[in-house]
Parts: sequence; C-alpha cells; structure tokens
Amino acid sequence: MWDLINTSIYAGILLSIAIGIIGSLIVVNKATSITGSIAHGSFGGIGIGLYLGVSVIVSTLFFTILLAIVLGVVSLYFQDRKDSLIGVIWALGMSVGIIFLNLTSGYQADALSYLFGNILLVGDSDLKFMAITDLVLIFSIVFLYNRFLAMSYDIEFLRLRGINVSLLYFYFLILTSITIVMSVRAIGIILILALFTIPPLIAEKFTKKFYQTIILSSIIAFIFIASGILISYYYDLSPTPIIVLIASFGLFLSMLKRS
Amino acid sequence: MKAVEVKHLYFRYSREWILEDVSLELEDKEFLAIIGPNGGGKTTFLRILLGFLKPTKGEVKIYNKPPNKASYLIGYVPQYTTFSTDIPIVVEDIVLQGRLRKGKFFYTKEDKKIAYEKMEILGILHLKDKKIKNLSGGERQKVLIARALSVEPKILIMDEPTSAIDIKGQNEILNLIESLELTRIVVSHDVKILFRKVDKIAYINKRAIIHEAPQLNIPKDRHFCEVELIDFLKGEECGI
Ligand SMILES: Nc1ncnc2c1ncn2[C@@H]1O[C@H](COP(=O)(O)OP(=O)(O)OP(=O)(O)O)[C@@H](O)[C@H]1O
Ligand SMILES: [Mg+2]
Repeated sequence: MWDLINTSIYAGILLSIAIGIIGSLIVVNKATSITGSIAHGSFGGIGIGLYLGVSVIVSTLFFTILLAIVLGVVSLYFQDRKDSLIGVIWALGMSVGIIFLNLTSGYQADALSYLFGNILLVGDSDLKFMAITDLVLIFSIVFLYNRFLAMSYDIEFLRLRGINVSLLYFYFLILTSITIVMSVRAIGIILILALFTIPPLIAEKFTKKFYQTIILSSIIAFIFIASGILISYYYDLSPTPIIVLIASFGLFLSMLKRS
Repeated sequence: MKAVEVKHLYFRYSREWILEDVSLELEDKEFLAIIGPNGGGKTTFLRILLGFLKPTKGEVKIYNKPPNKASYLIGYVPQYTTFSTDIPIVVEDIVLQGRLRKGKFFYTKEDKKIAYEKMEILGILHLKDKKIKNLSGGERQKVLIARALSVEPKILIMDEPTSAIDIKGQNEILNLIESLELTRIVVSHDVKILFRKVDKIAYINKRAIIHEAPQLNIPKDRHFCEVELIDFLKGEECGI
C-alpha cells in the first residue's frame, strides 16, 4: 500500500512542479482555451496510438505538438477567428480519436482511463517521463523567464526588442503540449485544464511577482493532489475528480479573499 | 545620415487609403511633433516606422535601415495602456523590459541601474515594487515612458504619451522630452507641444503636411486660438 501511495505522491510532486510553471504561463498569457483545445484534441493521438498499437505516449506527443503548431498559427495570424477555430480543433481532435477507437477492437475501456487518468496507477516509466518534462520546464523558465513575462504583458514591445516572438509563442505551446502528455496517465485529458489553471489563479491573488506565482501554484497544486490521492485511496474513488473537487473548493475559498 | 526617411509612402489596410503620398525627412536628434484628427492615420504611420506594418507603396528608412532591421534603435511608447494588467508583474519588471536584447537572457547590474535611473527621472521610483494593476492610468503611462527610455534608444517614438497625465505632469514630461538629445517623434492631441522646441510639425490626415517649426513663428507668449492654429497648419497653401 505505501508503495502505491509513494509512487503516486512522487507523481504528484512532479506534476505540481509542471503545473506551477506551465499553468502560470497559461494563465498570464490567457491561453486557457488554447490549452483546453490541445488537451481535448490530444484524444486524437490516443486513438491513433491504440489503433496502430504503438506507444500511446509517443503518438499523443506527436499529435498534440501538431495541434499546438496549428493553434499557434491560428492565434498569431488569424486573431479575428481565433475563438471559433480553437473550438473546431478541440472537436476535430476528439472526433479523430473516437473514429480510430471505433476501428480498434477491444480497447474502449483502456480509452476511458486516458480520459480521466489515475494517479494511483502511474508506473516508474511514467515517473521518468514526468521528471524529464520537469527538467525541460525548469530549464526553460529559468532562461526564458524575462521573455515569457514580457510576452504576457506586451508582445509588440518584445518584438521591437528584436526577439522572435512567434518562435517564443510556439515554444510555449509546445511546452504546454508536452506537459499535457506527461499528465495524461495521472489526470487524464478531460480535467487537465482545471488542474493546470486553478492553482495559478489562486496563487496570482497572493503574489506580486511572477516567479512567486509559479512557486506558490506548485505548492497549492501539491496540496490539492496529495489530499486527493489520500482521500481517493481510502474511499476507493477516482482520484482525478476528487482532486478537481478539492481544487474548485480552494478556488472558491480564495475568491472570498477579494471582498 | 538621416534619422528617418520616408518617401512617397502609401498605406491601406483594405481598399481605402489610410496614408497617401507621405514624405518626410528627419535629421539625427531632431524633434518631430505629429498632430491630426482622430482616425487621421497617425498611429498607423508610427506602426509603419516601427516595422509592425509594411508600406503598401513607397520607402521607409530608419537610420538607413528598413524599419524591421532598425527596431533595436527604437524606444516606443504605445498609445493605449490597456494591455493585460491583471498579471503578476511589478513596475520594475516592466521598465527592465527595455533592456531585453536578442541573445541576452538575464538582466545585468548595469541594466538595473539604468532602469532605476529612468524610474527616478519619471518620478516613479517609489512605485517600483507595485503591481501594475494597482497603478493609475497616468502612472502606467509614466511606466511605459520609463521603459522606452531604458532602451537608451537613438530614436524615441511616442503615441500620445501624456493623454492620461495631469497638467503638471504633462509639462514635466514635455520638458523631459524637450531636453533629450535624441531623435524624437511624438504624436499629440495637445497643441501645447507646438510651443516646445520642436524642429518639425507634421499634420497627418491621410496626407501629411510638414512644417519646419522655426519658420512658423508660432506666438509663444500671446493668446492664441487652438482651432485657428490647427486650421493654419493644415492649410495646403500656407506657403511655408
Ligand atoms: N487594424 C486595422 N484594420 C483596418 N483599419 C484600421 C486598423 N487600424 C486602424 N484602421 C483605420 O485606419 C485609420 C487610421 O487609424 P489610426 O489609428 O492610424 O488613426 P490615428 O490618427 O492614430 O487616430 P487617433 O487620434 O484616434 O489615435 C482609421 O480610419 C482606422 O479606422
Ligand atoms: Mg492613434
């Protein structure tokens, strides 16, 4: 039993670090709907992976990065239609996933596990992938902190400083995709958006500087995930919905702070 | 070398011309004031100088380079201060953005010194640790001016930099702009700017009428009527 909880707590730590970094970037760059679109659209990659019988992580990684590039093009060059196109890609990815699942026999139950994930069931290879993703994220935020912050505040000024903002934005979306894929096993794709954005939304209220927001969101995310793991283990419930319930309650509490 | 050279510039977003046959030259360290009615194309003109928009026809050079190659020389104060204010960022973070460079990832001590200096000049040093969300409109405008100065630019381009600032502050900022030894282009709806040591005045309303300021002899001490002054500046055959 402790082994099981240990592994999932490790996963929780790794996940919290990723949420602190990428979730904060998503919130300050107002990329919530884009993230939702990539996360849900990634179901296409899961369907393709199951159909071809290849590693689902690999197929989903390719598929989400493709979606991220398309969405990057949409948000940089088709501003006016951004909203609708984001919705279309969201639905398109999911449809691709369902169609490939229809073509695959006997994998339906497996697919469900990708929709909601189960942090109690992550294995060592998942932990490795999560750790590598965390390293990439930490390295990226350290080196690109000033750029990311400037991008979220005034992208034109950053461009004027001679920095390739399109490239930076694509890089941000690709980091987002990788983080989504690393979280699929643990929390699934349906509730990713809530788990990525709630901790930074809370942290933002209590912090002045962006790096403080990142650190505090990681801590908050870990509190939610760890308590979710314990509750779902003892009451034998699905962890992801429990974590989201706790997080939503936390967000609700933090909103009382304003008044 | 000319600081700015614009030759027969035409621009349109869709069918209608926004700028028609605009030509302008500015020497190094000159001060150009741009006035004109709402929708006249002033911001569009600046955005072409900044390289954000490409001319439909004509040629634009900034220090002999095409605008997108000269952007590192430019300090820019945008017209609207309405971009995301609900993000965790403090005044110091924003002013430091003027120090960003290609290939440079971290701010140095020198960068911080320059940023502090500029905040001091704008009188906002005491706000440096304040979240942008908690500042007034005028204070935010000063932050953006400080950010543009932090670039230590060769050319400063400002789009109504004082529209949200009180009268005393406006004068202080105009004094500051006047005293800077660099090329300056300032769009303003406030004719007070014309009584400053400007070298050129451009009236932009689709077409541009350029005046050499010293020859205009605008009365600096007498009563004047703003509307007449503007009428005079846009008169095609004023013979100047
Ligand atoms: N992105 C755009 N697409 C299409 N038309 C535009 C766009 N931006 C501006 N325009 C049009 O171009 C014209 C000039 O606009 P511009 O913003 O340059 O005026 P301005 O002189 O700066 O006005 P103001 O004094 O109000 O700031 C306006 O008629 C405006 O409607
Ligand atoms: Mg304008």
